[in-house]
Amino acid sequence: MAGLGFACLLLALAVCAYGIGASLYGVRSGRVEFSESGRRAVYALAGILTVAFLVLELAFLRNDFAFNTVADTSSRTTPLLYRAAAVWSSQEGSLLLWAWLLSLWSSLALFLTRKRLRDVAAYATAILLGFGGFFVSLMVFYANPFATTHPAPPEGVGLDPLLRFPTMMIHPPMLYSGYTLCTIPLAFGMGALLARRVDADWIKAIRRFSFAAWLFLGCGILLGARWSYSELGWGGYWGWDAVENASLMPWLTGTAFLHSLMIQEKRGMLKVWNVSLVLATGTLAIMGTFLVRSGILNSIHAFGGATLGVPFVVLIAALLAGSTYLVVSRREMLRSEHRLDSLLSRESIFLANNLVLVGLCFVILWGTYFPLISEAFTGHEASVGPPWFDRYTVPLALILVLLSGIGPVIAWRRMTLASARRNLLIPSCCALLALVVLLGTGVAGDKSLATAMFCCAAFVLGSIGQEFFRGTRVRRALAGEAAPLALVALVRRNRRRYGGYVVHLGIAVLFVGVAASSSFQHASELGLSPGQSTRVGAYTVRYVRPTATLTPKYDAAHTGSTLSLGAVLDVTKSGHHVSTLYPSEGFYASEEASQGSVGSLIAGQPVSHVAMDAGITRDVWSAIAPDIEAPALQRIVQIGNKTLPPEDALVALAALARAYLQHPPVAQFHFIVSPLVMWIWLGGLIVVGGALIAIWPAPSVVRRRVAVRSRVRAARGLARA
Amino acid sequence: MGLLIALIALVLIGVVAVIVGAPLRRARGARDVAFAPERDELEAAREAKYREIRDAQLDYRTGKLSREDYEAIDAQLRAEAIAILDQLERLTSKDA
Repeated sequence: MAGLGFACLLLALAVCAYGIGASLYGVRSGRVEFSESGRRAVYALAGILTVAFLVLELAFLRNDFAFNTVADTSSRTTPLLYRAAAVWSSQEGSLLLWAWLLSLWSSLALFLTRKRLRDVAAYATAILLGFGGFFVSLMVFYANPFATTHPAPPEGVGLDPLLRFPTMMIHPPMLYSGYTLCTIPLAFGMGALLARRVDADWIKAIRRFSFAAWLFLGCGILLGARWSYSELGWGGYWGWDAVENASLMPWLTGTAFLHSLMIQEKRGMLKVWNVSLVLATGTLAIMGTFLVRSGILNSIHAFGGATLGVPFVVLIAALLAGSTYLVVSRREMLRSEHRLDSLLSRESIFLANNLVLVGLCFVILWGTYFPLISEAFTGHEASVGPPWFDRYTVPLALILVLLSGIGPVIAWRRMTLASARRNLLIPSCCALLALVVLLGTGVAGDKSLATAMFCCAAFVLGSIGQEFFRGTRVRRALAGEAAPLALVALVRRNRRRYGGYVVHLGIAVLFVGVAASSSFQHASELGLSPGQSTRVGAYTVRYVRPTATLTPKYDAAHTGSTLSLGAVLDVTKSGHHVSTLYPSEGFYASEEASQGSVGSLIAGQPVSHVAMDAGITRDVWSAIAPDIEAPALQRIVQIGNKTLPPEDALVALAALARAYLQHPPVAQFHFIVSPLVMWIWLGGLIVVGGALIAIWPAPSVVRRRVAVRSRVRAARGLARA
Repeated sequence: MGLLIALIALVLIGVVAVIVGAPLRRARGARDVAFAPERDELEAAREAKYREIRDAQLDYRTGKLSREDYEAIDAQLRAEAIAILDQLERLTSKDA
């Protein structure tokens, strides 16, 4: 079956090459049948890569360890769902996932635009097949997912314990969907420039795909943050890791694009901005993929031993050079059709918003690539950490949240100062009220930035609430509906506007969670013995007793650990029981024979299994690092190594577990009490809800009826004037 | 097994060739005379203009625009919409 998989890759490469040629010939010669054939090559690519993906997926599900990727990332003891997801845990499998998702999304985009934008779509087809061919080439020449070893090993290494977490099953498909969807606006943007058709039509065609890219990328980022918080044992959700930053940058430029495309649609302005943002977003998505696979920057997310740097550098250089050439050579047709009517307008706010988002992206880009830049200039690899990023991103984030509250209450084109004052009054009062409460309750203290963020979020809440209230009131006056029905009808008829408002609200909630959890966190790291307790913020945590679990057979959480040592913790507040936590650390088998028959069972990289009590107002988070190196425990390991054959090594581990329970050494604990962490995830859910409202298409019947009515009204209005 | 894989691969190649080659078999040498990019552009501009008119109405009704500003903007937008519709009608008569 590996042969079939590799044959699919070769066929895919041939289809990409044919499709690129057919599309370009079709559009240059005007022979539509060749452009059609090129488009169908994308559909064929999707079909071929689906077969290839199924072959690899079946190999994982059937435990076919002849496949090197299966042997390296799966095992018979890996639970079925994790085995299915293990396909994308390796470099090779993830490349196949990338190429497959690219082909699927490209097929959808080209199918939906098959009756319009023929010249633009033909160029876009060639560019998308170019990306597809690139990733398939990587698999054919560098990282073959269908490489085999004969004879096949009897058992696999198993899935990395860090990846045995539910959100990790969906995080890569979400993130890769975001990355691959980013290439679609890039391809259509380049196609529009090549075809010299840079008006509203191509923007309209790719708007939903840009939104979908933004949504999937955002979900992928949040899922990754959730995994970091719940699994990695350091208690944080964002560490300004290079790969985290690489996914955030295209999301930021994508956010800027979603705002400024509205201005191009309405006013024919910001054309240079829009093509530049679209090209930048797609290029940053490719750069994000490059970072994970090149090995040039250190990251926990990177594929180990990655060596795909050179091909990616060539592709990125080509994208940058091509994008720059196209924008510069087409600058005359990218001139704005109108100018800004007024500084006090939604267009101005969107422009300011874009500047902040691009500024944020630039800061993160600089900080992420600083190690490479410093090495290139000084020969010494220096890096910047979270404090550097926070210093520059926090003020920009404050401005961003504030603008997200101002934008909704400002009119398109122009607004009088009196109207602006009237519309900003309630949001300003909400911000002021928040400030008074924070100062009065002593919460503000010396946390000026967090206080500012809370006030900005209150401003946004006031602004969005006002918009929904006034809109519902208008609808009720016009249609005579009850308030709830009027609200639903209002949102249905203005999905983009009110969906966007909900997104803004979600972002504000998310930033409140970030500000609170990072500024008002209480943390403690110390050693405890059973019976001892410590205070963390307003909570008291007592180490009740140790726990020990032996062999994967008893591993209910399917962590795959050989031995798991942990603790029972009792959490109280003001003498009242709050919760019981069960943090543990899993010890895994290693292949190093030098550790001995018993030692090798627990010599692998230990993984912390965090325990937390999550609530709407706070999370109580705990992690443990048991002292398995304690002399009494190591003595058991050494005796077992000397006296027990490999098949009886578990007997020594059972003795070790018993010894740990009876005479537990001091364990190192990490406790964190963070307020409002859950608001981050809730804010994310609100953003997703708002995005779905905004992206949902209106029924075509309603669109036709609205179009006809609008034409009649437009004519009548003009006759009156 | 090897024979089965070869057969599957051949079938796959055949299916791909049929799918990709279908447009070439249907229209040999035909040039794209029915392609009307101007119509697509105008239709996109029309829909965007209708949306602008509705947005301006909502802005006025929710108190963001003064009456004077709204009437001026509304008249301007409707004039722009009529201009687009006129261009579309001219295209339709030309095609007819």
